Amino acid sequence: MRAWFDSLADHAARQVRGSEGFTLSLTGETSEFARLNRGKVRQPGSVTQCMVNLRLIDSGRHASHSVPLSGDPTTDRTRLDAAFDRLRGVLPHIPADPHLLINETVQSSEDDIPSTLPPAAEMVDAMLGEAEGLDLVGIVASGTMARGFANHLGQRNWFARSGFNLDWCLVHDADKAVKASLADFDFSAEALATEMASARDQLKILARPARTIDPGTYRAWLTPSAVSEILGVLQWGGFSLKGLETGHSPLRRFWKREDRLHPSVHLIEDIAGGIAPDFQGDGFRRPASTAIFTEGTMVGALVSPRSAAEYNRPTTGAGANEQPVSLSLRPGSIPVGEEIARLGTGLYVGNLWYTNFSDRAACRITGMTRFATFWVEDGEIVAPVNVMRFDETLGGLLGDGLEGLGAHAAFLPSNMTYDERSAESMRVPGALVSGMRFTL
Amino acid sequence: MHDDVVARFRAALPGDLPSTDFVSLRVVDEQAEAFTLRKGVLEPPWSRHDIGAMVTVHTQGGLGYAGTSDLGESGLANAIARAREWAELTRARALFDTRTIEMPRPTGTYRTPVERPWADVPVSERVAWLQAMGALVGEDPRLVDWETSLYAVLTRMRYVTSHGGDITQELHHLAPDFTLIASGEGRVQKRSTGMRGIARQGGFELVAKAGLEQMVTRAREEAFELLTAPNCPEGKMHLMLDPGQMMLQIHESIGHPLELDRILGDERNYAGRSFVTPDMFGTYQYGSALLNVTFDPTIPEQFASYGWDDEGAPAERHHIIENGILVRGLGSTTSQQRSGLPGVSSSRATSWNRPPIDRMANLNVEPGDQSFDDLVKQVERGVYMETNTSWSIDDSRNKFQFGCELGRLIEDGELKGLVRTPNYRGISATFWRNLAGVGDRSTFEVLGTPYCGKGEPNQIIRVGHASPTCLFANVDVFGGA
Repeated sequence: MRAWFDSLADHAARQVRGSEGFTLSLTGETSEFARLNRGKVRQPGSVTQCMVNLRLIDSGRHASHSVPLSGDPTTDRTRLDAAFDRLRGVLPHIPADPHLLINETVQSSEDDIPSTLPPAAEMVDAMLGEAEGLDLVGIVASGTMARGFANHLGQRNWFARSGFNLDWCLVHDADKAVKASLADFDFSAEALATEMASARDQLKILARPARTIDPGTYRAWLTPSAVSEILGVLQWGGFSLKGLETGHSPLRRFWKREDRLHPSVHLIEDIAGGIAPDFQGDGFRRPASTAIFTEGTMVGALVSPRSAAEYNRPTTGAGANEQPVSLSLRPGSIPVGEEIARLGTGLYVGNLWYTNFSDRAACRITGMTRFATFWVEDGEIVAPVNVMRFDETLGGLLGDGLEGLGAHAAFLPSNMTYDERSAESMRVPGALVSGMRFTL
Repeated sequence: MHDDVVARFRAALPGDLPSTDFVSLRVVDEQAEAFTLRKGVLEPPWSRHDIGAMVTVHTQGGLGYAGTSDLGESGLANAIARAREWAELTRARALFDTRTIEMPRPTGTYRTPVERPWADVPVSERVAWLQAMGALVGEDPRLVDWETSLYAVLTRMRYVTSHGGDITQELHHLAPDFTLIASGEGRVQKRSTGMRGIARQGGFELVAKAGLEQMVTRAREEAFELLTAPNCPEGKMHLMLDPGQMMLQIHESIGHPLELDRILGDERNYAGRSFVTPDMFGTYQYGSALLNVTFDPTIPEQFASYGWDDEGAPAERHHIIENGILVRGLGSTTSQQRSGLPGVSSSRATSWNRPPIDRMANLNVEPGDQSFDDLVKQVERGVYMETNTSWSIDDSRNKFQFGCELGRLIEDGELKGLVRTPNYRGISATFWRNLAGVGDRSTFEVLGTPYCGKGEPNQIIRVGHASPTCLFANVDVFGGA
């Protein structure tokens, strides 16, 4: 795919006329998906897709057009030529863009790791074999994904990874289920067996009679997965410079230093520690890390090239939506294995689900418990808990209400496959919260 | 349409295809375009052309699919082979035997009625419309951000099957939009169309029909007024919802729980299950007797209309809930035959690169016989809410909490002043039984949104929801922090 993209980039460079410039970014994948339900195969298949986005720039005006690549050189060059023609028809009718920022420093890169993956069908066999007799539901996703960039200045960036993401539940009954996942670049049947055994063990606890708790405020241990859901909702404009400057970010009070999180909160965009490419669609390189919260104080934002031009700040190589791709929350001091003892009596929240803002300006977040959530008494798991709605401010979770963070930060590759398989991830510890408000 | 692709597909089919096997080709050729004006600056126009094909194979009871952007001879042949390989590799462990599924054999064409195709509107006219909207927004130090946009999608589809099915569809989508952010008094307030809610099918004529100029003028003043409005009151009271919030309420607490693939368990790892069980169909009191819900992909201007779904089932209007009783699920040909439950033509895929699953399309609450004023007069104390801004519901689609951009007090049968950050929560299984009033056609609006996520691998799809204004009794209402 790399040679194919380079050939197209060379072709694009030959199409440039006069004062024109261009950027060309590629997103492609060859993926295998097998959807599983009740320990059987529901929908297996393959998807091969590749799109390039051409942006034509001339005298401060610019517009972009995406076209699919078929793999046939003649067809693809014809499509790219048509994209140039289309954009040349648009530019004369639009004004110059005062917020255009072009990367004029050539920063080429290559990061391509060959695949060592077995056929996806083998992973399906392994999954179903390990879950024999259980109600397993989930998905096997695997294959190669690629991102590429080229421009008229000769910059070339290439990123390719082959990996898999097994994401599943073992269902006890109705909504009582254990959520598990395994994602990596090299498949290990032993690692899968270990994860499945752990999920089986939790399933036994789910068999106990469930407890319904009354609305109220409870002490809670949030697993890394639950913490990632909280950080996930903050991605909706939270860390965006545009959102912060216009006041629409839920973190605006933190940005204006009117509020702060617990001093143990150190949050960074950790490109070096993640799996996303270190360049974005406009060809800007992403720094190894960008500090967002340091000792609980908001110190930075994610800045797209467009916001950089508008607000006169350096770009952090963020995409147009200014969302993180590799968020990392520094671990704390609660030792692995002592989480439930430290919790004492309260809720062990395995997963949160469907979070949203109930008051965006106050950064108050609502959402549901899901899958394995347990009632704990005196450091012992007593019973699974029926799903509950929480409604709590960020300060209540990671500010004054935070008692401590776990000593281990879990690496959580994204299982999202909207449009294409995601290369995003998070690295987060669990969190011990003194009082979390549950309402329904 | 794409006769050359179909010819190559047919040529690539094995000559010895058993009569019990089924192979289909779904070509999707889509052109999307967006123009956005933000704070008076035209953002770089964006457009996208995507074309590819999904091949589905049923063989010896197994199922496999393969999506490819290579529509050449070898690309299609490889896709058929790969889909067949998946079907053969997994048929021994398949969830159901595809030989028990009788696939439709549709033929025909469908096209969205269009007065003025988007493609015929010059770029200069699109930009001029945005600038006219910008002029209406005007300047004010309290307006810290605003944008207005036009988003158009033309989708052409060809679906052919090995047993004679052959349909062509051409769908024209348009979603004009605006969002205003006002700041003052230490507060920030938003007014918008709500998740691109003015999304419909048709041509550029929709822009004039939608009346966005009047909407943005009103929204501007409301955004300012909300900055000084009191917090929404808290307590059990009457709740009146405009069609914009009804769209979300219908979608989350009627649409999703009635999808048969959820009830069958397919979605339990991601989008979730349902509190609805198979035994409820035909008897379950989903709502009060005032509640009538239809699945209707035949309304030409609604956002998720079509002639056939992605398995080839013909678009037909059906009551899903009739006089409060649950009568039918949202399930495709496949899901209906798997579950033995009545369904609709709701098999849909986001594009060529995803297999079809059970989807809502257009799901509407039918109008009643009360005017807006009649509904208000019933309320001694309550809140009227407009335009969704927050949504959250459990994985069984039961316990929900939703928030709106604007609230307005109702006291002693009269509308009073605005209240900010209005929220409410409830339980689907009981909420609809408290439906106390349904607005007449004068309160009815046809809305939709491009953003419904579901499925593994994940899919975003367009849905349509039309509704009158509705009144609910005894709802848990509250405000911001």
